[in-house]
Amino acid sequence: MELPTRSNVKTNETNTWCPGCGNFGVLRALQSALVDLKIPREQVVLVTGIGCHGKIFNYLNVNGFHGIHGRVLPVMTGIKLANQDLTVIGHAGDGDQYDEGIGHFPHAARRNVDVKLFTHDNKVYGLTTGQTAPTSIKGYVSKTTPLGAFPPRLEPLKIALASNASFVARGWVGDVDHLKELMKAAIQHRGFALIDMLQVCFTFNRVQNYQFYRDRVYKLEAEGHDTSDYYAAIQRADEWGEKIPIGIFYKEDRPIYRSSLPQIEKTPLVKQSLKVEKFSELLQELM
Amino acid sequence: MGLTSDVSVLIGGEAGAGISAAGVSLSKVFMRGGLHVFGTVDYPSLIRGGHNFYMIRASKDPVYTQWDSHDLIVALDENTVHRHIKALKPEGGIIYDGEEIPTDNLDIPKEMKNLFAVPLKSIVKEVQGRPVVRNTVALGAAIGVLGYNIEIFEQILRELFTRKGEKVVAMNVNAARAGYNYATEHYANSLLFQVELVKATHKDRIFLTGNEAVALGAVAAGCKFYSAYPMTPASGVLHFLVALSEQTNMVTFQAESEIAAINMAIGASYAGVRVMTGTSGGGFCLMTEALSLAGMVETPLVIMLGQRTGPSTGLPTYTAQSDLRFAVHAAHGEFPRVVIAPGDVTECFQFTIDAFNLADEFQIPVILLTDKHLLESYTAIPPFTISDITINRGKLLPLAPYSGKQPYQRHKLTPDGISPRLIPGTPNALIHSDSAVHKESGFQGDDCAIASKMADKRYKKLPNLLKRLEKVPRIKLHGPKKADVTIVGWGSTKGVALEVMRLLEKDNVKANFLQVIYLTPFPTEEVKVALKDQNPILVEGNQTAQLGGLIREHTGIEITKKVLRFDGRPFNPLQLTRRIKEEL
Repeated sequence: MELPTRSNVKTNETNTWCPGCGNFGVLRALQSALVDLKIPREQVVLVTGIGCHGKIFNYLNVNGFHGIHGRVLPVMTGIKLANQDLTVIGHAGDGDQYDEGIGHFPHAARRNVDVKLFTHDNKVYGLTTGQTAPTSIKGYVSKTTPLGAFPPRLEPLKIALASNASFVARGWVGDVDHLKELMKAAIQHRGFALIDMLQVCFTFNRVQNYQFYRDRVYKLEAEGHDTSDYYAAIQRADEWGEKIPIGIFYKEDRPIYRSSLPQIEKTPLVKQSLKVEKFSELLQELM
Repeated sequence: MGLTSDVSVLIGGEAGAGISAAGVSLSKVFMRGGLHVFGTVDYPSLIRGGHNFYMIRASKDPVYTQWDSHDLIVALDENTVHRHIKALKPEGGIIYDGEEIPTDNLDIPKEMKNLFAVPLKSIVKEVQGRPVVRNTVALGAAIGVLGYNIEIFEQILRELFTRKGEKVVAMNVNAARAGYNYATEHYANSLLFQVELVKATHKDRIFLTGNEAVALGAVAAGCKFYSAYPMTPASGVLHFLVALSEQTNMVTFQAESEIAAINMAIGASYAGVRVMTGTSGGGFCLMTEALSLAGMVETPLVIMLGQRTGPSTGLPTYTAQSDLRFAVHAAHGEFPRVVIAPGDVTECFQFTIDAFNLADEFQIPVILLTDKHLLESYTAIPPFTISDITINRGKLLPLAPYSGKQPYQRHKLTPDGISPRLIPGTPNALIHSDSAVHKESGFQGDDCAIASKMADKRYKKLPNLLKRLEKVPRIKLHGPKKADVTIVGWGSTKGVALEVMRLLEKDNVKANFLQVIYLTPFPTEEVKVALKDQNPILVEGNQTAQLGGLIREHTGIEITKKVLRFDGRPFNPLQLTRRIKEEL
């Protein structure tokens, strides 16, 4: 049982994020959260998708699965149902989760599988060199939207709330300590948790940069927001303009998906015997 | 009056009228009466109305598929008579509700004398049953005109309805008995034959579909996680595994899409359990990106691909063998895989177990290539046993603290290309799996030396895989070693091929059947030897003779004679025999 420390959660892999990338803040917050929570490293699985965010797989020294574009949630679901003893944390990009993988998002939320989804929402495609993202602000000019993005931005927090997610939060990479505390709360929450992380693409997004968020973000907890008030959460999620809220929007204790599976109530699948008792009884109906 | 021990019965009616359940019940009557039985259902893609029919073939000799023509039609609606009268043997008979369907409407050829009008609806009223009990009355009447044993049917009804209470049991038994009595009183000796009760060759037998056999194979192999999105004809695996899940402690998951289903399975496999997913062609299309992922991260995975008629939505409830090339080549990039095509329910069970072992031993994806005709047709066989089953998880190490001197490397280069496998949660080890080109550690590494080393690593598995497959039948040559004609096929055409061999023999044509079981890796030498100095003819359920193409690619042998069917229907034995003779 090896507890995480500041040094052992790092890897020796060469970091290839651009200088100034918001992902550095995400990585620091996650490393600190794991150290604080004292979960043995071998009990943590990090699942990532495809995009700049996905490289975090190489930089965090816990178990890792770097899958394909958009599929962080189903991979996490499979891992968690196979071994509920593991802490399963997913990192996804905005294109990864909200474009390619959007179909999985409301389902993971409503099922309340006990996995954590931290999305790197920088409102632009980074690794494919600067196309529009689903969360790009209306009018955002990019390689593929020279006249400005036409549709209104996709709003992940509202989708999560509409899908009965039991933990909905927004973080911002410019405040690593705050993001770390959000991550700790999400990991300790029993059930599905979303943190949409306002992240900064230093190279391709010149609009939503560090200064943009510094001028606008405020903390929900400082304003006495009641995280058990669903309708207040929806109202706060609707705010985007001069003021942008961060923190926990909504939190609810409700049964997790596993409680519907008597098969794994006591023992994780991975620790169960492969031998079938009374195989011949399974054939009775066919006689 | 003579006794026969080879009979074909067709039961037809509207969708939603319990046609399939009736077919299974009557099949089980014949099975318990000692006959060999095959049953298959034909249904369009709708839930109510339309036309469904179930064909039963029962015989003293082993039966492998449905027959072209029938001895008895049980018509639960008028449409059944119109549609199937041409397939009724001249000496055969029809059971129908004479009060509901005026005989004049039926437009029956004059020479057809065996019209068995039975007041089904009135009898249902008498026994105070729900409308669906009509099927029970009709089956009772069928057993009556065939001179078969009604007590077996009564016993089956008792078992079927015992959970619903004595009253329901009694009502159903009365309904069956009333149908039987009516038939024997009014139509005794009308048919020129009675079906013979024969001594059972096996004391207990099971009557099951390919879907159920695959599901039981997965259970026997220790599969713990099955995720799928419903799609005909593969949904039967999901349904059966869900029904068994409390007894088997398997997690069965209806995912939001096939993409989700396969990624969940890969996640669960990475976490260390045996997994399977199942789908049909359209769903498999969606799965292909993740199939490539499984190949790259060397995560064991079993996929059951149940073919149906394409392209696109095609004929959603009908059969095909047109995804062979697709299964062999699906997904981007190159990685080793296994594609196995079982030909009957027994092989569905056995090869599913083999699939799980191969997936674990070589850390590769394995595809079970099946089709609607195989998955949804029933055969009576001796019950499966699991005492002699081997579960081999290959280089998976037990969940104990890792004690190696060097940090654990999930993709360590080894002489056989297979790396020792640990699962997340193992103390002192971290498991890294990357869809990108990775180093031995599992972390991403994109220099050219690593890329080619890792590609080589994956293909280093092939020689040992081929060696391992020497232990299993990659082909089967059925019948005599040398023959006048060699039928060449794969998958569900096995059944009809075995029937056709017998028919050709009666016509003094010596035939054998080459069944190709492993499509990947292709059994090149075995096929070459089997086809040497033979007169081969391809029989496939597709338009482009895809197996023929594979054979030519791997062996250089071009088979020019072929009989192909691609209208969604399985071959019938007499029809196929005629077409083969035309080609000779």
